[in-house]
Amino acid sequence: MKVSTDKILKRWGILALLALVTLYCLGPFIWQLLTSLKAGVDLTRLPPLLPPAPTSENYVAVFEEHPFLRIIMNSLVVATSSTVLSLFVGSLAAFSLAKLPIRGKAVFLAFVLSVSMFPPISTVSPLYLIIRTLGLRDTVWALIMTYTTFTLPLTIWILTNFFRQIPHEIYLAARVDGCTRFQIFYKIFIPLAAPGIFATAILVFIFSWNEFLFALTFTSTVNSRTIPVGIALFPGIHEVPWGEIAAASVVVTVPIIALVFVFQKRIVEGLTMGALKG
Amino acid sequence: MTVKTERGGYPFIMPAAVVLVLVTVYPLIYVFWLSLHKRHLIFETSTFLGLGNYTFLFTDERFFTSFKNTVYFTVTSVTLELVLGMCVALVLNSAIRGRGVLRAVVLVPWAIPTVVTAKMWEWMYNADFGLFNYLLGLKVNWLGSTMWAMNAAVFMDVWKTIPFVALLLTAGLQVIPRELYHAARVDGAGPFFMFRKVTLPLLMPIIIVVLLFRTIDAFRVFDAIYVLTGGGPANSTETLSIYAYKVLFQTLQFGYGSAISMVVFLCVGAISVFYVRLLWRQP
Repeated sequence: MKVSTDKILKRWGILALLALVTLYCLGPFIWQLLTSLKAGVDLTRLPPLLPPAPTSENYVAVFEEHPFLRIIMNSLVVATSSTVLSLFVGSLAAFSLAKLPIRGKAVFLAFVLSVSMFPPISTVSPLYLIIRTLGLRDTVWALIMTYTTFTLPLTIWILTNFFRQIPHEIYLAARVDGCTRFQIFYKIFIPLAAPGIFATAILVFIFSWNEFLFALTFTSTVNSRTIPVGIALFPGIHEVPWGEIAAASVVVTVPIIALVFVFQKRIVEGLTMGALKG
Repeated sequence: MTVKTERGGYPFIMPAAVVLVLVTVYPLIYVFWLSLHKRHLIFETSTFLGLGNYTFLFTDERFFTSFKNTVYFTVTSVTLELVLGMCVALVLNSAIRGRGVLRAVVLVPWAIPTVVTAKMWEWMYNADFGLFNYLLGLKVNWLGSTMWAMNAAVFMDVWKTIPFVALLLTAGLQVIPRELYHAARVDGAGPFFMFRKVTLPLLMPIIIVVLLFRTIDAFRVFDAIYVLTGGGPANSTETLSIYAYKVLFQTLQFGYGSAISMVVFLCVGAISVFYVRLLWRQP
């Protein structure tokens, strides 16, 4: 039975490869998780790899000695508002690009695409001055405004593709029945494109949750500081508090990992849609 | 019955257009304007220099170092990501069971905030208590040596971005018709021949798109390296974005810093034009 041994070998080979890929992808995070359960002298001792005396000390410290809850709330507010705004403004634009007669569609889409390639560093200095002039420094508004704009290209790009797939007859029929264009937009097109809107929302949320350069520049206190800045500037008195940093990282990463596991199919859809439909 | 002549859809696109112009186009013009001035943020002085900041770039050794660092980082990380991402894509594509779980697993490095990734890797690179030195039985000061620090950043970036590359390539692999492989097999083609003559040519447009996105992202890298090393040791990991940031917000020279960030913008523009033209030339 040579054929079947071949098959078995091949199956085990693939399984081994899969195990390798899994370890590679999750390894660093697992290590961070283990570190977060170690305290004191255990942090600076190797072996053992596993925490000899698992402790929740670091987690308690993150919330009691640092204003981490406030920082998480800031991030939630910023990411949620940016997502809602970006989807609202972006889906309106996408609807008109996909279904309404306007001139220069190709030009506008090319412009949107080129905006998505703007290096953040190239706009951070003028944006800082503008935000300072508007008196929005160290407020969540500065970040919401920036993230909404910088995620618009992605939103417009993905949703235009989604709206285009909806048959034009539906639009025409509703128009004949006397719907206004705005009614068609929110009563028919939004529900029909729900999967796409959902995929986009997740991508925009993750972007806003993770962004660092603008957050570092526009925020200065816990009034508006978001998670990435909080973790990057984690205060230590004498030495770097690796255990607490690990605990904080785990706290902010677990929701994202949960999101990824639940919605992986949608995320991949959105990512490939955003990148490949050019 | 015909629908009466439609008015344009301009009201729908207006909000997006206005926001994009106000928050991206206007700042871009503003940054160019700033780059023509000598402007210090504390003293609130501003004098017109013309192209003075740009000519100064040519005499600034630190600028050249950061330019070289950026190019080194971009070339090595993008090359590794493409090659390894292709390997992962081929594994993902051949796995029949557990593809869903595997896809989620592969997304994890992509989804973790870059700052968290950098902190995780900084800890693993730790010379005394780090996981890497322990597992490898070495005593390398990864982030403290000018020889290793940039490569350490490259390894981290490769880990983080392989998923993105692999997922896009997998999407491309899945639309290649199976019949092509069958036909090639009937003709007696081996796996390498098939990869080179069937897979690669058909995947080329997607490979170019992946290269476009990855090259741009790598060239404008900021947070990953800024958090991992801060640009050190001895500026050996300082990229253009990091140098521009330091000039802007640590020494508060808004004119000169804006000039450096204009350079980043122009380079990224050139990179995108190059790849987009390559894409157009695809059959």
